[in-house]
Amino acid sequence: MRTRFTLFAAAVVLSAAAFGNAPSFGAAAPAGDAAKGKANFERVGCWQCHGREGQGGREGPRIAAPVPMAYAALSGFVRTTSGDMPPYTEKVLSNQELTDIYAYLQSIPAPPDHKTIPLLAQ
Amino acid sequence: MARKAGRSGVDRRKFLTGVAVTGAATAVSATGAVRPASAAAAAPAATRPSTAAAQRELATSSVQVAPGTTPGTPGSDFMVDVLKSLDIDYVFSNPASSARGIHESITTYGGNKKPEFITCMHEESAVAMTHGYFKVAGKPAASLSHGTVGLQHAAMAVYNAWCDRAAAIILVGNRMDAVDRQPGVPTIHAVQDPGLLTRDFTKWDDNPQSLQHFAESMVRAYKISMTPPYEPVLIAVEEKLQEESIEQLQHGKKLVIPKLNRVSAPAGDPNAVREAAKLLAMADNPVIVADRSGRTPAGVKALVELAETLNCPVVDNLGRMNMPNQHPLCRIGGGNLIEQADVILGLELTDLWGSVNSMDDSVEMRQASRLKQGAKLINISMADIYIRANYQDFMRYQPIDIAIGADAEATLPMLTEYVKQAIPADRRAVIAARGDAAKKAHAQARERTLQAAASSAWNAIPISSARLSAEIWQHIKNENWALVSRDSSLSNWPHRLWDFREHHQFIGGPGGAGIGYGLPAAVGAAMAHRDNGRRLAINIQNDGDSMYAPGALWTAVHHNVPLLTIMWNNRAYHQEIMHLQRMANWRQRGVENAHIGTTIWSPFVDFAKLAQSMGMTGYGPITDPKDLSAAIKRGVDAVKAGEPVLIDVVTQPR
Repeated sequence: MRTRFTLFAAAVVLSAAAFGNAPSFGAAAPAGDAAKGKANFERVGCWQCHGREGQGGREGPRIAAPVPMAYAALSGFVRTTSGDMPPYTEKVLSNQELTDIYAYLQSIPAPPDHKTIPLLAQ
Repeated sequence: MARKAGRSGVDRRKFLTGVAVTGAATAVSATGAVRPASAAAAAPAATRPSTAAAQRELATSSVQVAPGTTPGTPGSDFMVDVLKSLDIDYVFSNPASSARGIHESITTYGGNKKPEFITCMHEESAVAMTHGYFKVAGKPAASLSHGTVGLQHAAMAVYNAWCDRAAAIILVGNRMDAVDRQPGVPTIHAVQDPGLLTRDFTKWDDNPQSLQHFAESMVRAYKISMTPPYEPVLIAVEEKLQEESIEQLQHGKKLVIPKLNRVSAPAGDPNAVREAAKLLAMADNPVIVADRSGRTPAGVKALVELAETLNCPVVDNLGRMNMPNQHPLCRIGGGNLIEQADVILGLELTDLWGSVNSMDDSVEMRQASRLKQGAKLINISMADIYIRANYQDFMRYQPIDIAIGADAEATLPMLTEYVKQAIPADRRAVIAARGDAAKKAHAQARERTLQAAASSAWNAIPISSARLSAEIWQHIKNENWALVSRDSSLSNWPHRLWDFREHHQFIGGPGGAGIGYGLPAAVGAAMAHRDNGRRLAINIQNDGDSMYAPGALWTAVHHNVPLLTIMWNNRAYHQEIMHLQRMANWRQRGVENAHIGTTIWSPFVDFAKLAQSMGMTGYGPITDPKDLSAAIKRGVDAVKAGEPVLIDVVTQPR
């Protein structure tokens, strides 16, 4: 069993940077269904790297609360990325499904200030 | 089950002196001074269930003995004397008939004390426990198994120890003489060259053919294993030498246990170190990258002093406890420090190339240098001195400007002194300003870390890695605690939230990334913590890893090892899911099958019941974060009272 992912933390950071700098495609987010989006978020495995709440982790950056980019940028990245995150083409994830995922990510409430959490109020 | 009897309390300085004295004092036969009085009265019990053997013994021995009994003193009693002379506290073992002689001598002649026989459920676990024990105790223990099937089981754990620069003495039983070997299983379990199987990833091995040879090879093996780079060594324990008597084997010749000489760790060539110091002193953006530079507590202090002298960041790759993680100059992960650096100093890096280059896991496998134009690279490591072929743990070749073939910890004091000498007066203000900037950046990073912990997943079910880490921390931060597991599966949240200060508080990972290390290594490490004043040992345990070696839980209970195991239960070999997703996406045919062969569903493993089945207190599964605190408190209280405890926590993937 390999542990290649542990060796590529730096590369993932680069990928995260690219994610944040993806080109804007200009269009506003089309209407999406957050409930369907959550189901698709789980079905296509977004949560495996980005966490079930999109909170991010060692293998993938935070993508929710707040969503760090406009829909066009996210869509462009998801379709065309060729780095550590593999691309999702329309063959495996339709435009509507991606729109729904975006709606789901937008629906995740913003986290509280850490100072309001006793365990983190250091 | 002799936890109390197994305590040593041996001071290391006194130990070295003691070995020298013991070496001189045991220039007599094995039945001399080192034999405990309580054991001396016990009659030898080892017998070989063979009429031929009894007839042979009677025919060759001048000692009058009853048929079917061993005349005189078993050779394996002398072997135990040798182990005692080396201050070996534990022999981790799954019992093996080819080692039955020394097994009986450890438990009876040796009084099962220093060394104590630790019952393991698998040879791989036995070596992993030896591995974990070494990293806390700072001295090797031994494992004992068959030289064939046992060593085959153990091989992956030996490779982990090799990659992780961990000392271990691997003892394997074997009988060479075909004429004197029973047919069937004993012959299937015999081998011509016991060390061959693991020779690519042990530092030295030998197959002694006399008791004197055994004594000399054991002392040599210890010395080699404990000379940096620390590595495992293997000694075959010939059955004939174990089971026949000293009188039969020696024919009146005296046995001597040689004095152990320790080899000092090699420091760098002063001229090369001085050149490195000049580069660092004049650098605008120097960066240190450390992996296993903290061999001992002195290594941590030495690295802090160098970093503070230069006010430069230290990227900690977490192979060991190298640098206090909340120190303003410590950087876990490192961000883009490498790209900005004009001088980079590597210290005992597993992968120098990988530290200064990037390579993604895409179809194209794109790779690029992370070094900026003109950046200088200095490396202090034993990796260029001690290298083997075949297994690729030496990594890719990286050109270096100043390569210092030496032990980093031994070299750091000299380097720091030379850096102090090399800093011109007009640069002191610049370097001081770097320190102020580093403190400011560290405070800002700390703020971002805390806010990242308070993410959308803070109250999520399953439980987030940040939440679990914070909940554990509140219950251990005022204790004498130590983490005996790595934390990469938790996105390093313990290292992002906790305050690691002491060398013993973190021991790195498996080294070879071989799964099945975690649980047994934690048990071995916890034994050493128990022996060092009962530190509170915390093991955040990957669920899939634990299923390789669940029998280690039994060993912890049987030998009264206080250890809090918190199961990081993401119900998968999660990394493999991500690999499968990657393959599926490269091929654009959907990830819906990525769970096949990678997940631990249908059924879920009930780890609390698994622990309970072996007599261990087990809580869980805990799925709601609001239930965590009470469970962790109960667990900590029980471990402080001397119990091993397991808490099963169902978690987010990372």
